[in-house]
Amino acid sequence: MEKFTVHSGIVAPIDRANVDTDAIIPKQYLKSIQRTGFGPALFDEWRYETPGEPGMDHSQRPRRAGFVLNQPRYADSSILLARENFGCGSSREHAVWALTDYGFRVVIAPSFADIFFNNSFKNGLLPLTLPAGIIEQLFREVEAGSGYQLTVDLEQQQVRTPAGDVFAFEVDEFRRYCLLNGLDDIGLTLQHADEIRAFEVRHREAAPWLFA
Amino acid sequence: MGKTLYDKLWDAHVVRQEPDGTALLYIDRHLVHEVTSPQAFEGLKMAGRKPWRVSSLVAVPDHNVPTVGQANGISDPVSRLQVETLDANCQALGITEFRLGDIRQGVVHVIGPEQGATLPGMTVVCGDSHTSTHGAFGALAHGIGTSEVEHVMATQCLIQKKMKNMRINVNGKVGRGITAKDIVLAIIGRIGTAGGTGYAVEFAGEAIRDLSVEGRMTVCNMAIEAGARAGMIAVDDKTIEYMRGRPYAPKGADWERAVKAWGELHSDPDAAFDAEINLDAASIQPQVTWGTSPEMVVAVDGRTPDPAQEKDTTRAGGIRNALKYMGLDANTPIRAIAVDKVFIGSCTNSRIEDIRAAADVVKGRRVADSVKLAMVVPGSGLVKQQAEQEGLDQVFLAAGFEWREPGCSMCLAMNADRLAPGERCASTSNRNFEGRQGAGGRTHLVSPAMAAAAAIAGHFVDVREM
Repeated sequence: MEKFTVHSGIVAPIDRANVDTDAIIPKQYLKSIQRTGFGPALFDEWRYETPGEPGMDHSQRPRRAGFVLNQPRYADSSILLARENFGCGSSREHAVWALTDYGFRVVIAPSFADIFFNNSFKNGLLPLTLPAGIIEQLFREVEAGSGYQLTVDLEQQQVRTPAGDVFAFEVDEFRRYCLLNGLDDIGLTLQHADEIRAFEVRHREAAPWLFA
Repeated sequence: MGKTLYDKLWDAHVVRQEPDGTALLYIDRHLVHEVTSPQAFEGLKMAGRKPWRVSSLVAVPDHNVPTVGQANGISDPVSRLQVETLDANCQALGITEFRLGDIRQGVVHVIGPEQGATLPGMTVVCGDSHTSTHGAFGALAHGIGTSEVEHVMATQCLIQKKMKNMRINVNGKVGRGITAKDIVLAIIGRIGTAGGTGYAVEFAGEAIRDLSVEGRMTVCNMAIEAGARAGMIAVDDKTIEYMRGRPYAPKGADWERAVKAWGELHSDPDAAFDAEINLDAASIQPQVTWGTSPEMVVAVDGRTPDPAQEKDTTRAGGIRNALKYMGLDANTPIRAIAVDKVFIGSCTNSRIEDIRAAADVVKGRRVADSVKLAMVVPGSGLVKQQAEQEGLDQVFLAAGFEWREPGCSMCLAMNADRLAPGERCASTSNRNFEGRQGAGGRTHLVSPAMAAAAAIAGHFVDVREM
C-alpha cells in the first residue's frame, strides 16, 4: 500500500448528502477481476451523458458540463469534499479503487458509511471527518475561487487551508500507523498466528459444531 | 451489569485486543461470491498465502448469473469470466462451492441459512453489505470489503473495533397485512440511512418476536440501509426449529449442546444500550419509497414531499434531486404512481414465504396491460423447487408474470435483468439509489405483497384493500 504522510492538492466539492457506492462506481464495472482501471468510470452516470460499459474508451464519451469533475478548475483535484454519510450502500471496494485510480488521496466529509470508511484505509485513501461547521466553511472557500488547495498532514493530524486556518482531525491510531507506513495488515495480523491458533483450539472445544 | 446480545457475540470471538480497542475477531463462517472475491484470491496468490481454514468458506455465484437459460451457461463473456474465476479459485483451494446448475445455488444470503451454513452464535462475514441478514439467527454478521475478504481468508480474523449497542424495539402487534419489509422500511424512515452508523443494532419487541425467521432475515437484511453493518435478533424457539436438520447444522449430541448454548443468545434484562429507539407496531402502514435513498419512504396513502417545506437546505436539495431523478412532482399521491416493471426477488425478499405472499395476491388475477414486465426470481434452486411443488409458479405464469431462475437479478442489474432509462419499478429489493436497477431506472421499494398488488393494478395500491 502507498504510504500517506502529508498531501497537498486541489479540492473538488460534491455538494450532496448520502453519496452511495452505486453512484461512485456503477455495477457493470464490478464484473472486472482486476483492482485497477476504474478511474475513468468514477461517478460514471453523473460524469457522462451516455451509458458506460467496461472496456469502453471513456475519453470519447460526451461529458455532463455541470458535473464537478468535468469543470477545468477541478480537473487535477486529489481531495474530495463531501457531505454526510459519504460512501453508503454496497460494500464494493471498487468504489475506493475508482477514487484512488482517478487520483484522489483524501475524502473529507462530516460522516462516512462504515464499510466504505474501512475500505478506504486498506487502499491508502484517507477518509477524514471534520465538524459540519468547518465542512460548510470549506465548501464556501472552495467555491469562491479556482485552484483552492488544502494540505492534509496525517503526521500532525491537521488540515491546513490557504488562508492559514488549521483544523485538527481524529484518526484511529492503528489505522494511522498503517497508513503512515504503508503497511499490509495481513502481515501484521499473521504476527499473532500463534494466538489465533490457540484461540481456535479453545473455540473448537467450546463449540465443535462451528467447525463442521 | 448484563450483556447485550452483541456483547456476548463479540466477547466469544475476540482473539486479542490492543489498548486502543482494535481487536482481532475470529470469523466462523466466510461466505464468498464472484464479484468481491477475485481480487482477494489474487492477493493471496501473489503473497504466497493459503486460506487459514478452508472449511469456513462457502462460495456461490449469484450477482452475475442469468435468470433464464442457466443450463446454457453465461453468454456475457465478462460475467462468465468472473464466475469461472470463482469456480477455478474454489477448485484450486478445495473450497465448497454451489455452482450454477446445482439446486443449492442461489443468492448468497438465502443459501447460507438454508444450508445451515449460518448458525446462531457465529461470526459471519461476506464481501457484501447485506450480510447483516444472517444476524436474524443471533449471529454477528456483517459485510466487508475485498481487502477484508483477503484478510479473513488469510488469517481467519477481522480487524475490528467494537461498535456501540443500539436496540430498536418494535412494540405491540402490527396490523393485518403488514410485513417485515414494512417494519424495516418504517424503521429506516424513522432513523435515516445513517441512523445506525457505528452501531450494532438489535431488533426487538413483540412485533419482531412475532415475525417468522424469514421475516427476521428481511429486517436484518436492511440494517445496512439504516447505516448499521450488523443487525441481529435474539434466538428463540423459532430460530432453533428453523435450524433443525439443515445440512450444516449440528447433529446428535452436538445438536443438544448447541441448542443449550444458543439459549444464551439474547440480551440480558439489565443490559445497557448506547441508544434505544421505540416504534409502535400498530402505527406501521404498508410502505413505499418515493426517492433515491431508502429513508425516502412514506405510507402508501401518503404523498411525495415538498422541498419548499424543508428548512434544511442540504435536505431540501436532496428532495429536489430525488424528485427530479424519479420523474415525480412534489405532493404526488403514492397511489397515483404507475409502474412499468415489477421485480419480486433479492436477498431481502426471495424466500418461500415472500413468494407465497405475492402469489396470494396474484392468484386468479392478471398483470395490468400497462406493466411491461413482472418477474419473480426465487432466492435459490431449493426455493424455486419448493414453490413449484406448491404450484406457485403456475399462479404467477397464469397471471402474466415471468418465473425465473435464482440469482440477484434486478436488485443490482449486473446481469441482463435491468430497467431502461426512465422506467419505473415496484421492487422487493433493498436499494433505490440512482441507477441501481439500471442507468436512469426508477426504483420504489415495497414488500412482496405490495409489489404483486402494483403489478395487478398497474400502480401502487394498498394491498389490504384488494
